[in-house]
Amino acid sequence: MKVTVLIRPKEGILDPQGQAVERALPALGFEGVSRVHVGRLVELDVPDASRVPEMCERLLANPLIESYEIQQ
Amino acid sequence: MKFGVIRFPGSCDDVDALVAARRVGEAELLWHGDRDLRGADAIIVPGGFSYGDYLRAGAIARFAPVMEEVERFARDGGLVLGICNGFQVLCELGLLPGALLPNTNLKFTCRQLELEVVNAGTSWTSAASEGDVLSIPAKHMTGRFWAPDHVLDEVNVVLRYAAGSNFNGSSRDIAGVANEAGNVVGLMPHPEHAVEPLTGSADGLKLFLSAARVPV
Repeated sequence: MKVTVLIRPKEGILDPQGQAVERALPALGFEGVSRVHVGRLVELDVPDASRVPEMCERLLANPLIESYEIQQ
Repeated sequence: MKFGVIRFPGSCDDVDALVAARRVGEAELLWHGDRDLRGADAIIVPGGFSYGDYLRAGAIARFAPVMEEVERFARDGGLVLGICNGFQVLCELGLLPGALLPNTNLKFTCRQLELEVVNAGTSWTSAASEGDVLSIPAKHMTGRFWAPDHVLDEVNVVLRYAAGSNFNGSSRDIAGVANEAGNVVGLMPHPEHAVEPLTGSADGLKLFLSAARVPV
C-alpha cells in the first residue's frame, strides 16, 4: 500500500527556510504571500499501513520539532 | 582513562577527537556497526555527517548498533561527550534534551567562538571554572539549539555563547548541555579542534582533561 507522509516544522518554531522563500517571492512579482513553511515529503510502499504512525514517531519525524500527517 | 571514539560512515572529526583524547589518555576508534565499546571509560560521539545526515541530522545514526551500547553505558553513569553531529545524535537518542535546527542564517558557518562555562560540575567541564571563557571553533549548518520553554527552564546548561558568538540563533545562547547527572554532555562547537596553541587555541583540552581526571 502506498502511503505519503507530510512532515512540517511545528507551529511556533522559527522556520528560516520558509522565511527565505517568503522573502524571495515578491522579487518575482508574487505579492501578498505569507506563512510560507518548508517541510519534507516521504513516500512509502508498506505491507501494513497501521504501523506508519509508529514509523513517524520513531524515525520519519522528530515529534519535538515536527508534526506529521499521513495520507493513504 | 581510555576513550572510545565512534566512527560512523560520514564522520569527519573522529580522528581529531582521537588525537585530542590521546593528549590526556589512551584512545581508540569504535565502529558504528559493532555492539562493543571495547572497555572504554569514556565515549566520544564525534562531528561529521553520519549516514549523510539523511532525513535529519543524527536521525539514522541514533539507531546504529554501537549506540545501543552507548545508551546503556550512559544510563549506567558512563562518560559520553557528543560534539556537533554527536550532539545531534545524543538529542535524537533522548540522552540529552532538545533538538538542533538549521542555523537562522541558513549558512554553513565556520568560525572561532567564545564560550562561557556555565556549569563546571559536569564530568566534561570539571577542569574549567564557572565564568571561564573558552575560545573554540564551530562549523555547522544545523546548530540552533531549541527546546520548549519549560525544558529550557530546567535544562542543565554547560556552555553558553558569549556576546556576539551565537551565530546560529540558539535559544538562550545555549552552546552545550548536560543530562541531570552531568556524565553526558553535548555541544555544537569543536573542542577537539582547539588543543594546540599553534592552531589558535588549546582551550578545548579542558573538556578532555576533565574526563581524564574522573576516577575509573
